[in-house]
Amino acid sequence: MPKIIKDGAWVDDAWVLLRDEISSDLLESHAGQDLIVPLEDWLGQQAPLKRHEGRVGVWLASHELPEQLGSAIPDLPLIAVDFPAFKDGRGFTNARELRERFAYEGELRAIGDVLRDQLFYMMRCGINAFDLRDDQNPDVCLSALRDFRDSYQPRIDQPLPLFRRRAPAD
Amino acid sequence: MYRYDEYDHQMLEDRVAQFRDQTARYLDGKLSEDEFLPLRLQNGLYIQRHAPMLRLAIPYGMLSTRQLRKLAFIADHYDKGYGHFTTRQNIQFNWPLLEEVPEILAHLAEVEMHAIQTSGNCIRNTTTDQYAGATAHEIEDARPWCELIRQWSSFHPEFAYLPRKFKIAVSGGEYDRAATQVHDIGLYMVRNEDGETGFRVLVGGGLGRTPIIGKEIRSFLPKQDLLTYLDAILRVYNRSGRRDNKFKARIKIQVKETGMDAFRDQVEQEWALLKDGPLTLTQAEVERCKRFFRDPDYRELPEHNETLEKALQKDILFANWYECNVAEHKKPGYAIATVSLKPTGTAPGDVTSQQMRFIADLADRYSFGELRVTHNQNVVLADVEQDSLYELWQALQSQQLGTGNLSLLSDMICCPGGDFCALANAKSIPIAEAIQRHFSDEELRDIGELSINISGCMNACGHHHVGNIGILGVDKKGQEFYQVSLGGKADNDAAIGKIIGPAFAQEEIPEVIARIVAVYRENRREGERFIDTFSRLDIAPFKERVYAKNH
Repeated sequence: MPKIIKDGAWVDDAWVLLRDEISSDLLESHAGQDLIVPLEDWLGQQAPLKRHEGRVGVWLASHELPEQLGSAIPDLPLIAVDFPAFKDGRGFTNARELRERFAYEGELRAIGDVLRDQLFYMMRCGINAFDLRDDQNPDVCLSALRDFRDSYQPRIDQPLPLFRRRAPAD
Repeated sequence: MYRYDEYDHQMLEDRVAQFRDQTARYLDGKLSEDEFLPLRLQNGLYIQRHAPMLRLAIPYGMLSTRQLRKLAFIADHYDKGYGHFTTRQNIQFNWPLLEEVPEILAHLAEVEMHAIQTSGNCIRNTTTDQYAGATAHEIEDARPWCELIRQWSSFHPEFAYLPRKFKIAVSGGEYDRAATQVHDIGLYMVRNEDGETGFRVLVGGGLGRTPIIGKEIRSFLPKQDLLTYLDAILRVYNRSGRRDNKFKARIKIQVKETGMDAFRDQVEQEWALLKDGPLTLTQAEVERCKRFFRDPDYRELPEHNETLEKALQKDILFANWYECNVAEHKKPGYAIATVSLKPTGTAPGDVTSQQMRFIADLADRYSFGELRVTHNQNVVLADVEQDSLYELWQALQSQQLGTGNLSLLSDMICCPGGDFCALANAKSIPIAEAIQRHFSDEELRDIGELSINISGCMNACGHHHVGNIGILGVDKKGQEFYQVSLGGKADNDAAIGKIIGPAFAQEEIPEVIARIVAVYRENRREGERFIDTFSRLDIAPFKERVYAKNH
């Protein structure tokens, strides 16, 4: 079974990421499996997806916006944020918005060009699951989550910026 | 100045360890060139013509003498005994070895210095007025606000992979010495009708390929909202700034293409979600930061000083230096002294390790152990007793540091150019020197205030667009040529210079500058600076003279 980093551990992962447009045949062939589908299909093919046996999550391309998911956000079991190239930083904003503005509490997963040296910032933006690029070493990637012990800015597990936690100077 | 606490130290230690590991993986072949690139850039490391270039951050230009001595040590041990102050108040070393960079960063961390975010597509070092807190003409000291921005922008998880680099300047003085209007975000401290200070916010300024003066997005931002508002602008930029074309990726292009009103609406919408959130500044934090920038222990001194008056009477060279390089201080009996790093024959902004140590000693003796680096590539001793100015200048003279040319034609801004930089189309340092050699000290003094800014390529590190005279190195079929522009300025009334006409060969430049200056001297009215005469006459008479056949 494929594996991902989730909540700081290297774990089995049953979700199937569907990169391309979905069809009834495709859904048929994945009957019973948990699927991550493109936003456009999720918006346009609600009926067949409702009939699907298995859970359904959505992935956002880097140019797509969380608000396109509308009021369904809290009920989604999984939202994935795509990094088509590791230098494309739009996914960081999408992640932070999902957590802060839309108060999404489910699994938030990084997909695409997910590399060791961006994991820490992804985590700080609220991503808790990482579907690593195939060549990445999971142990090295797990250590990335501890790159820094603290941070100046607010983050998901510490909503107060450092300046609100600091003792006043003399 | 700001001092690190345990949190700052820990954050920096973690960063040094992180980059040590990244460098090791790169050297081991476990990290590709392409994947290492943004990591090394965000640690100040470029691959240059001769060797890597390491750019170290000097947050808003403030340096302690301990830090300057550490820079001297690094220059001696890891470089060839000198460094280069940049137009963003940073310092660059041109000869370090990649393998040794993590070691250099560890040395720097000892003195609360680093190379974080001095390059790459992230929020860069925040710059400000080099006279902040000392000048007689100031709305508010900008440095505590710069420090708050430094912390907010350091390792910001959302904004480390922006479409392009992002530069912020803050100016708290009545006169803008920070080129605030040519930054991605420019912040002017202002006072509103109720007497409260806050920020006037400009956005979308920048030089480079498409020079644009920043435009006002908000006339008054209350101080406690500074960070939430910056977060909102950056978020709109990170989400919608162009990523399809490197040359159109700066926020200035986004603002231009979106239109300021629509852009402002987007920011306001985003800000509504962030305003009054946890990033809203607390009074306690603002006070904490301000405490680091309290006045040093000034003495109570008379307004005028007899030692100074006498020295000015008897030593004309000192009087010349005083007139150019000394500025009015807020405290009676004190003065702000600028050490020019532009003596003829030296690359503008270059300083040797020996000079660094010498300046550090002088700052300890005369200016409370602190210095400031200016975006014009000079160094400031901001709190000197008038009584000591003559002594200070005599000491500076002994190390070729007493040149009295601040704001004169020879006080040029100049990038490293084709001698060092891999991006450059043309050399810039030899151009600066050739121009300096063309004018005598008497002529320079007669010409008065005139800025010449030189860039070796259109990335515009030498700020050529905003020089009264701008010089840009261009490549024409493998030959180095120089395009000249006139009328640029980087002050409160910033303007982009106009190109005078076809480019010139390197050897023609001194004569071209001489002709431009001649038109000014013949036409100036009482009290007019070069830029004033240019504004009155416009470009035509200059153009005519420059391209006239030799008589």
